[in-house]
Amino acid sequence: MRSKTKVSAGNRLITVLVFGVVALALYPLFRWAVIDAVWGNLGPEACKETFGACWPVISEKGSLIIFGRYPAAELWRPALASALLLGTAIVTAMPRFWNKALLLAWIAAPLLFLTLMGGGILGLSSVPSSQWGGLPITIMLSVFGIGCAFPLGILLACGRLSSKPVIRWVATSYIEAVRGVPLITVLFMATFILPLLLPSGWNISAMVRAQVAIILFTAAYLAEVVRAGMQTVPKGQFEACEALGISRFETYVKVVLPQALSMVIAPTINTFVTVLKDTSLVAIVSISELLMTARQALADPVWRTHFIEVYVFIAVIYFVFCFAMGKWSKSLERAYIFSKGRE
Amino acid sequence: MLETAITLQNVDKFYSDFHVLKDVNLTVRNGEKLVVCGPSGSGKSTMIRCVNHLESHQAGSIHVLGVELNDDVRNIAQIRKSVGMVFQQFNLFPHLTVLENCTLAQTLVSRRSQDEAESVAMELLTRVRIADQARKYPGQLSGGQQQRVAIARSLSMRPKIMLFDEPTSALDPEMVKEVLDVMGELASDGITMVCVTHEMAFARSVADRVIFMDHGRIVEENTPAEFFDNPAEPRLRDFLAQVLH
Ligand SMILES: Nc1ncnc2c1ncn2[C@@H]1O[C@H](COP(=O)(O)OP(=O)(O)OP(=O)(O)O)[C@@H](O)[C@H]1O
Ligand SMILES: [Mg+2]
Repeated sequence: MRSKTKVSAGNRLITVLVFGVVALALYPLFRWAVIDAVWGNLGPEACKETFGACWPVISEKGSLIIFGRYPAAELWRPALASALLLGTAIVTAMPRFWNKALLLAWIAAPLLFLTLMGGGILGLSSVPSSQWGGLPITIMLSVFGIGCAFPLGILLACGRLSSKPVIRWVATSYIEAVRGVPLITVLFMATFILPLLLPSGWNISAMVRAQVAIILFTAAYLAEVVRAGMQTVPKGQFEACEALGISRFETYVKVVLPQALSMVIAPTINTFVTVLKDTSLVAIVSISELLMTARQALADPVWRTHFIEVYVFIAVIYFVFCFAMGKWSKSLERAYIFSKGRE
Repeated sequence: MLETAITLQNVDKFYSDFHVLKDVNLTVRNGEKLVVCGPSGSGKSTMIRCVNHLESHQAGSIHVLGVELNDDVRNIAQIRKSVGMVFQQFNLFPHLTVLENCTLAQTLVSRRSQDEAESVAMELLTRVRIADQARKYPGQLSGGQQQRVAIARSLSMRPKIMLFDEPTSALDPEMVKEVLDVMGELASDGITMVCVTHEMAFARSVADRVIFMDHGRIVEENTPAEFFDNPAEPRLRDFLAQVLH
């Protein structure tokens, strides 16, 4: 009892010290972002007098940063489209909703997204994909990227562990080849080399090429994560299935993969986070995702000096998504490992 | 009905160039309880794993309930339907509840409806006295409880033959009895049982016949009484001296 109070006193001291140091370190930031900051919907002159943040730049440029050059009168369309896609992704993140209806949602959501964004039917005016931009693009590239790369990664992982040499060889070469090059290279190849390889009549939009590049690239990484998980499944699990007469396919679907995936929840979601952040690289092939629209906003000479505020703004957006995925990872681990008495 | 459940004729088995089973001949009658014992590495596991083709043999023939085990996958599938197996390490599915462990193969392999599978599973879980834990996960049970679930899971396929590979070796001593009791009850139901075990009291009371393996051969087989009281083979005498001490 005595030693316990001693420990907790020591703990309290450490807690206070840590909080103190963190508060000291963060105070200047807080001062810049809140105390000395200029708020509201004002002109650039309002910020002349202060050393703090100039948030009017966000109220002025926020819609350009978030929606890019999408026609201003139609902004409800990218907003609704993003919400639909994000909603589908969030529902999918909760395994208790995994059923046939969700599968249909995964067919409907992309179609609705593209219809809303592109228009041209149902009385929606047509908006070419070169005018799409900002957060909807980041969400689209991430959600489609993760949603397609994940099943593909599982297939590749199974291929790499297959007993058939041809399948094993194809999967292994693919994974090694893709992991051997940076995403930027893949994006460049998809943008500049792919059109040369395709028959001349074919014209695939830059957006589709970038999306495909992200999917193919991510799949190779996920394949390795999933494979690591499958290797933690003991041989006895396969033998138990064999002895019960369960087919090889069903053994993988019902027994091996559920265990394998639950062993690699953290690295899998880590890869998802990387996908979200890597979408910013498509700016290189002139697609206006969030980072690109932020830079476009700063092209305005009047506001150019307030680049820090703009980058902080998009950093906060990225952070919210990444933080949410981290929380999701934790809750999945709780549901799939700890609550089942597995260590 | 067939007289013999399992026949092994001149079976040879190799792991690359290591000769594990050497000219093994064995016939197990329908309903017979056979106990297999022998020193570690003598090939006991390998032999019973050949019976449901977890391992393949290289020479000789194996017939199970009149079907020959060869490379024909239909034969293998047919035999696995009628042969259940219980492992030393239980090999329960840790991501499924006890009940789901016992219904999975029923719905996938026997194509039973979920309701039917669950009622079969509950009946078997009651029989192995663990029905009250049906909603728990294997990781939340003791070793003895897990092994009883594994027995129920095997029985859920309504097998005619049960293979046990040292089912109590991984258990703490105080849990051995609960598993052996369940196995004893199962034996009295008339199922064919082949059991690798060093539980000599169990062999004495349950087995119809005991065989002793050494270096990949069956070197002695006899009724339990003769086997334990009048061992002919010197190697068996040494072995018995060790396990009974
Ligand atoms: N997959 C394998 N590859 C190579 N050798 C193996 C393999 N499995 C078993 N063996 C060898 O075959 C021999 C027989 O093994 P087996 O597991 O059948 O013995 P056992 O009688 O069951 O022994 P124990 O009482 O230790 O379980 C042993 O010498 C073992 O080392
Ligand atoms: Mg063994």
